[in-house]
Amino acid sequence: MELARGHVLVCGGTGCTSSGSAKIIDEFERCLKDNGLDNEIKVVQTGCFGLCALGPIVIVYPEGAFYSMVKPEDVSEIVEEHLLKGRIVKRLLYQETVVDDDTIKSLNEVDFYKKQQRVALKNCGVINPESIDEYIAFGGYTALGKVLTQMKPQEVIDEIKASGLRGRGGAGFPTGLKWQFTANAVGDKKYVACNADEGDPGAFMDRSILEGDPHALIEAMAIAAYAVGADQGYVYIRAEYPIAVSRLNIAIEQAKEYGLLGENIFDTDFSFDLGIRLGAGAFVCGEETALMTSIEGHRGEPRPRPPFPAVKGLFGKPTLLNNVETYANITAIINNGAEWFSKIGTEKSKGTKVFAVGGKINNTGLVEIPMGTTLREVVYDIGGGIPGGKKFKAAQTGGPSGGCIPADLIDTPIDYDSLISIGSMMGSGGLIVMDEDTCMVDIAKFFLEFTVDESCGKCAPCRIGTKRLLEILNKITSGNGTLEDIDKLEELCYSIKDAAFCGLGQTAPNPILSTLKYFRDEYVAHVVDKKCPAGVCKALLSYVIEPEKCKGCSLCAKKCPVGAIEGVVKSPFTIDPAKCIKCGVCQETCKFGAISKK
Amino acid sequence: MGEIKAPAFKDTAEQSAKLQEVIAKYQGTQGALIPVLHEAQSIYGYLPYEVQQKISEGLNVPMSEIYGVVTFYTQFSIYPKGEYNIAVCLGTACYVKGSGDIIEKIKERLGIDVGKCTDDGKFSLDATRCIGACGLAPVLTVNDDVYGRITVDDVDDILSKYMD
Repeated sequence: MELARGHVLVCGGTGCTSSGSAKIIDEFERCLKDNGLDNEIKVVQTGCFGLCALGPIVIVYPEGAFYSMVKPEDVSEIVEEHLLKGRIVKRLLYQETVVDDDTIKSLNEVDFYKKQQRVALKNCGVINPESIDEYIAFGGYTALGKVLTQMKPQEVIDEIKASGLRGRGGAGFPTGLKWQFTANAVGDKKYVACNADEGDPGAFMDRSILEGDPHALIEAMAIAAYAVGADQGYVYIRAEYPIAVSRLNIAIEQAKEYGLLGENIFDTDFSFDLGIRLGAGAFVCGEETALMTSIEGHRGEPRPRPPFPAVKGLFGKPTLLNNVETYANITAIINNGAEWFSKIGTEKSKGTKVFAVGGKINNTGLVEIPMGTTLREVVYDIGGGIPGGKKFKAAQTGGPSGGCIPADLIDTPIDYDSLISIGSMMGSGGLIVMDEDTCMVDIAKFFLEFTVDESCGKCAPCRIGTKRLLEILNKITSGNGTLEDIDKLEELCYSIKDAAFCGLGQTAPNPILSTLKYFRDEYVAHVVDKKCPAGVCKALLSYVIEPEKCKGCSLCAKKCPVGAIEGVVKSPFTIDPAKCIKCGVCQETCKFGAISKK
Repeated sequence: MGEIKAPAFKDTAEQSAKLQEVIAKYQGTQGALIPVLHEAQSIYGYLPYEVQQKISEGLNVPMSEIYGVVTFYTQFSIYPKGEYNIAVCLGTACYVKGSGDIIEKIKERLGIDVGKCTDDGKFSLDATRCIGACGLAPVLTVNDDVYGRITVDDVDDILSKYMD
């Protein structure tokens, strides 16, 4: 490999690609050539750095200058000033990294990264995901080599068990135990599979790993295959992730070329082949049995358990199925040892967890924290708080299967058991922050619309029950609900939890149950006072003119499409609620801020 | 099949040959149906009855099963897409930042429902699951162009770029 005196790392994750990072790479290559620097400076497209809100992101080494929100027209300035003359372009730096005129902080000292610890994401944003050489240079495939040449399959399983690693897909089942079950199962053929069907809205951890470090998944699946005695693997990945699919394809081809996939890997008897199966947009396929039915080429409907996949999975054979992030921890455990891993985190939740933090928060992006970090640290220290000085109301974890954590529980440590005990769940890692402008009944409705849409239809409690839940929520948010409806809603939730066939149906009522638990007064306000306290549910809003602010200019009355506003010029106007269609035109029109929603 | 009001299906010799190639490639593969449907959709843009029938014959899978699979997964469409397919992300992050209002505005402007195509074949509208660009919420895409951090007021500007 040629040595370069400097490296320009440009984020090529989906977030930054969407904000135009491909153009920036082209522009860098063009400008470097124009300045005769193309042999000295190397441009590298990496995976996600995590700070998606500031994209597109460019980091220049060896200085470690962190440029944020870079536009194509800024590139020539970075090349001419920084790379040619050695003067860092301060105005483009992420302001948090600027200490004074002459010094910049390293990224690890910035609030966003300070409390993070990167295990699963260790290579994301550091290496070029399309280069197996860079992965190997960062210690890649040493774990596979160690396992194949120095460890027996049972020793690998024991190591994973000792690490305390639990499934990162949401339920938190001990990973080592799952491997043991599959290894113990009798079968002429076994499979390992990876669940990369990241369906939770607002979650993109697995995608970032696939985009930023695809070889880590391949290596871990090969290790798992060796441990359980499989020779074929499948990655089931969402078709909505084109960049991830293409990088994984490239990585598989490279691994085959280097003899790290295929026959007799590392000159041992172990052979392993890996294939990709694309999902086709069905949330239920994230459920393990449905996922396997889908790989087999059918409608992705779940199957009864037992038999568990470890006994009878893909094509009727014993199958080990883990989530992407779970696999992403494997090489670190093998390389550094179970003891090292088990020192991170809490007593029952070892290691780190990656969260995709989004919603009403300043630093939207991807964070990896040791288990046991509190929600407050995530929201305020790492996330930089709520925009516009608004108040934190709740955080939602676990997507459509999870629940919300209200403001008074913000000091809850984030680990599997603490979250379950307060009625939420870890989930796969989506963490959506909500402020005072978010209506909790509306959020419950949002998730129910999702589950109604995504219910596979196999069992009646989920297919019909969730629909009824949604109807009751619609009744409440349109102002026609009664207190009895709230009781009915709750009762039906428990029936569905008891009776639904698969994990998704059983957890579908969670968003309602947890909002009822912590925000029952909001439901009551919708049915008794006929008000939406957050001002979201349209049917319950009324527009009013504040007489002391109204100058009587009559502009709103002229703009009102239904003639609901009346009054005499130069004295306060009024809105007739019976005629008002709540379109909000009057509020936009008023120059004096005299019209408000109540 | 119920009522499907799709335009009459026409395929070119080239498309037909490509489909036969795909079917041949997956002969004998376990679980071939979904990969074949993916590739068929990228050849034709959608999966009309006639294409499903060719796959049925080629892979020796009953029509009932193919239709069942096609209608189960949201990625597969039995309707053609417009020249410009608008996809509004309805993931949680986008939703709390107002993507619901944006989709309503587009529906009103184009006069079509989600999943449908305008009569002139110019625009179609999809509500998509999280596309994972939550840092840019709310997000919509028009074919391969991504528009992030948009508001209801931006809708007209975006649409006008694609109108002649």
